[in-house]
Amino acid sequence: MSTRIASHGRLIDRNTTVSFTFNGKSFIGHAGDTLASALMANDQMMIGRSFKYHRPRGLVASGAEEPNALVGLGTGSRFEPNQRATTTELFDGLSARSQNHWPSLEHDIGAINSLFARFLPAGFYYKTFMYPRSFWKSVYEPFIRQSAGLGQVPTERDADTYEHFYAFTDVLVIGGGVAGLQAALTAGRAGAKVLLMEQSAHWGGRAPVDGGTIDGAPVEEFVEQAVSELEAMPNVTLRNRCMGAGIYDHGYALGYERLTDHGPAQPGPRHRLWRIRAKQIVTATGAIERPLAFAGNDVPGVMLASAMRDYVVNYGVTPGQRVIVATNNDDAYRTAITLHEAGVQVLRILDARNSGGGPLMSVARELGIRIDCGRAIGKVKGGKRVTGVSVCAQEGQGGALEDVACDAVAMSGGWSPVVHLWSHCGGKLTWDDAHAMFRPDPQRPPTGADGLGYVTAAGAANGALALDAVLEDATVAASAAARAAGFKSKSVAPPQGAASPEAPLEPVWLMPRQAETPLRMKSWLDYQNDVKVSDVQLAAREGYESVEHTKRYTTLGMATDQGKLSNINGLATLADALQAEIPQVGTTTFRPPYTPISMGAIAGEARGEVFQPIRKTPMHDWHEAHGAEWEPVGHWRRPYAYRRPGESTHDAVMREVKNTREAVGMLDASTLGKILVKGPDAGRFLDMMYTNMMSTLKPGKCRYGLMCSENGFLIDDGVVARIDDDTWLCHTTTGGADRIHAHMEEWLQTEWWDWQVYTANLTEQYAQIAVVGPMARTVLETLGGMDLSKESLGFMEWRDGALGGIPVRVYRISFSGELSYEIAVPASLGQALWDKIADVGAAYRIMPYGTECLHILRAEKGFIMIGDETDGTVIPQDLGLHWAISKKKEDFLGKRAQERSHMTDPDRWKLVGLETTDGSTLPDGAYAVAEGVNPNGQRNVQGRVTSTYHSPTLGRGIAMGLVLHGPDRMGELLEFPGTDGKTYTAKITDPVFYDKDGEKQNV
Amino acid sequence: MLILRCPYCGVDADETELAPGGEAHLKRFGPGSGDDDFHDYLFTRENPRGVHFERWRHAHGCGKWFHAARATDTLQVFGTYPAQTSEPPKEVLALIRAARPGWSWREFA
Repeated sequence: MSTRIASHGRLIDRNTTVSFTFNGKSFIGHAGDTLASALMANDQMMIGRSFKYHRPRGLVASGAEEPNALVGLGTGSRFEPNQRATTTELFDGLSARSQNHWPSLEHDIGAINSLFARFLPAGFYYKTFMYPRSFWKSVYEPFIRQSAGLGQVPTERDADTYEHFYAFTDVLVIGGGVAGLQAALTAGRAGAKVLLMEQSAHWGGRAPVDGGTIDGAPVEEFVEQAVSELEAMPNVTLRNRCMGAGIYDHGYALGYERLTDHGPAQPGPRHRLWRIRAKQIVTATGAIERPLAFAGNDVPGVMLASAMRDYVVNYGVTPGQRVIVATNNDDAYRTAITLHEAGVQVLRILDARNSGGGPLMSVARELGIRIDCGRAIGKVKGGKRVTGVSVCAQEGQGGALEDVACDAVAMSGGWSPVVHLWSHCGGKLTWDDAHAMFRPDPQRPPTGADGLGYVTAAGAANGALALDAVLEDATVAASAAARAAGFKSKSVAPPQGAASPEAPLEPVWLMPRQAETPLRMKSWLDYQNDVKVSDVQLAAREGYESVEHTKRYTTLGMATDQGKLSNINGLATLADALQAEIPQVGTTTFRPPYTPISMGAIAGEARGEVFQPIRKTPMHDWHEAHGAEWEPVGHWRRPYAYRRPGESTHDAVMREVKNTREAVGMLDASTLGKILVKGPDAGRFLDMMYTNMMSTLKPGKCRYGLMCSENGFLIDDGVVARIDDDTWLCHTTTGGADRIHAHMEEWLQTEWWDWQVYTANLTEQYAQIAVVGPMARTVLETLGGMDLSKESLGFMEWRDGALGGIPVRVYRISFSGELSYEIAVPASLGQALWDKIADVGAAYRIMPYGTECLHILRAEKGFIMIGDETDGTVIPQDLGLHWAISKKKEDFLGKRAQERSHMTDPDRWKLVGLETTDGSTLPDGAYAVAEGVNPNGQRNVQGRVTSTYHSPTLGRGIAMGLVLHGPDRMGELLEFPGTDGKTYTAKITDPVFYDKDGEKQNV
Repeated sequence: MLILRCPYCGVDADETELAPGGEAHLKRFGPGSGDDDFHDYLFTRENPRGVHFERWRHAHGCGKWFHAARATDTLQVFGTYPAQTSEPPKEVLALIRAARPGWSWREFA
């Protein structure tokens, strides 16, 4: 059984007990425990079930690399799935539950998958769920969805808050082990601004556990002195519980600080995302021990040797009473010695090396521990817990030499430097044959804007595993980083580390080397995604030679741990199967973040109301107070309709249309883009921007214009007013204002930079109110101040003046076919003018109307709307807008493109009106079907609906659409199948449904 | 998250301040041009693993367009310069030649 022991436990406070629950059961731990160590102390070794086969799984590791011990943490609005028990600090009241099982952890129906494991190899889903095609939606997908997924999705909105933090530093040191501390000291003493981040709550990393001395004193003393010296340096910032999550271009790095995870009652944000710009980065991220691939290496109780040592030394807990150690290197002897000192029985050290190890082996032997060289684990026995192992020869096929009963197994396959951060932004790796590991290639670092490296790996992360080498390497790395950041460090000898020398390891990628198929089918590489040695070998047999393809086919390394334990073992297995060298097979890509970070931290403060700014017109509050239903248009909010008490939205829209046609309506048109274009070459410039001629427009006049991209497609439209000789005001669509202004600037700055033109986006400087309807002139004349008669202000003219004492510019333009004025005033006077018009207009039945009414009014007149009739593939010619395309101009944006063969194809769909035969309203976006089917078996089509409304003016549905040869087919009937199962029949008509001669706007 | 210096306002601008604008030094073909020339102008772009000339706009800054000579493989920036030119500045070309002998990009080498 696993239990708390009386000795060791340097990180826990035995005088403080902490209570927590796991699957509803209450347990007691100590302050300083992790959830993992506390569960182990309570003999809860089985913590979850695996993803694919639902096999019982327990703790394998003690840190961020843990693949198995993922739990759902917290409850309700603070529930979060897939939290690693090993990095979860225990606090009073913590509530955790295990994952991937039903109905319970102990008894799980899904474990039946394990019995069928031989029928569920790599690529099973790809191979099985192919045919028949129709089964995908109804049978396969629901089945896979039900069984897939890791953990459960929270059901409530996250109650916590998060924040972003921007930091600038000379040297960023990632990792607060002895290498990181020494690096920070070196850079800090040189005078550089240093930020040191450590992912755990403790400084010193694993060196205090591994033993040895620094300058003759225990490692812990060095750690304490280093931290206090760093804390005293004003140029150094230290952050623990802060993980270096990723390194990006040009010295950008992300830190992930967990502020209150260890004490949720504390005030303030839960996580903080550090957005860092560093001149130089030192990655002192340590190394991770590799598991050994032997049959049953996933049974709860089988752990990494270093993790077992961590649990004993740091937390005073042991995973078992009778332990077997399997290794290919000397480091695991430290675990055996530690366990022995803690009173745990070490039954065997199975050293795969025929010659065994160095001095540490002698120490172990002197302690009376039995050491068998050239031996391996053939198979681990036990289901929910290790009950024993069969021992075999490493060079054999797994034939048992003896069976030994035990309750825990420590394994060590050697160490892999944590090269993730080095690799995130392009740092390359080199294969170190002597240590059987990939380590950073200092000749090929990530490079910055100056073409020089800006990341330096230090200590174990750089492949320097021994304590003396770690300290020296960190000093050299940090001196170089400080120098590159512009700080010269005094040459001070690094502190002298001393630890027991080690004999070389022997790579072991499969244990035993010739393991037979049944054993390989139980030898796990990737615990979290349930990938075994046999799966990778199958992939190789099926022709997967690229490690990236094998990864995706087998899902090796694709789980939330991103293959921290499985990567090297997996690609060594692949290399072996392909009979290639490991460096030739290469690694998969390391991508940030190093461990998963919360979505909350990524969002930071940008959620809820501050997620996105909302643009409000000067009359926004008035609309709000008068029943506006809002429609988002870009970042703006526009009233869709103004509902009156007892009215449906549809009723309100119908009322607004009728009232505007019969009496008078008013519209807040402030959101329309207003771009001032000014200068001696402004007319010439606008002639390039618009398809029609703008330079010939007379001051005081307006002209409707179309804008196309250089590809010929229609991108915007609007009314252009000429203000004076060298000034034009261009109205754009609401959504287009910023885009069109940028479009103008792009051409001015990058193509016609010698033309004398300025542009200014004045959209927010003016409020604009449209007064529309037969009574529009009467209302404004009642307000008084300007002569707005037909003779004084004709259609498509504008005048400056005053209305009701407010200075205004009145444009007589119409997007509705009615007598219509658009009145621009400085934004600060918008509400005042709006109020005056509403007051005076009341006698004439004036009503505000919203965007839906605007749409119906324009559709009744056959006016196009950018975004409805256009979708980025439509040219003006498709819409019958030839009249707005100048034939006189030599050039304008889009002219050449519109001469291309596809653009002049007579089979392009053209704009027409559509009238349903029964008066109903066509479904938006519906397609008109044609005879026959296409090669995919879908009905051929000959047109589609672009705008469709119920017209209260005409009492029936009206629509516009693009139809093959449409203008030549007036009166023909088309069929539009709807998604509601009905088929609509509509007649092709002229798109102008109302007042074809334009008499109403011309009064 | 690149950092590029805006040659107008002198700011070392974070990529979040900038808007990318594709390949620099395109020659516009308008009415009267042949189909092939126009097609290439619209659609054919360099895509080098190496030095590239790009257009950027300091969109959340001074609003100006500029060009950058940047290596897509190492992220080295050889220089940024105003967009009002049809070819890269000589000193930028010299830097690239020195760093990458035998280098060429379109008609520049």
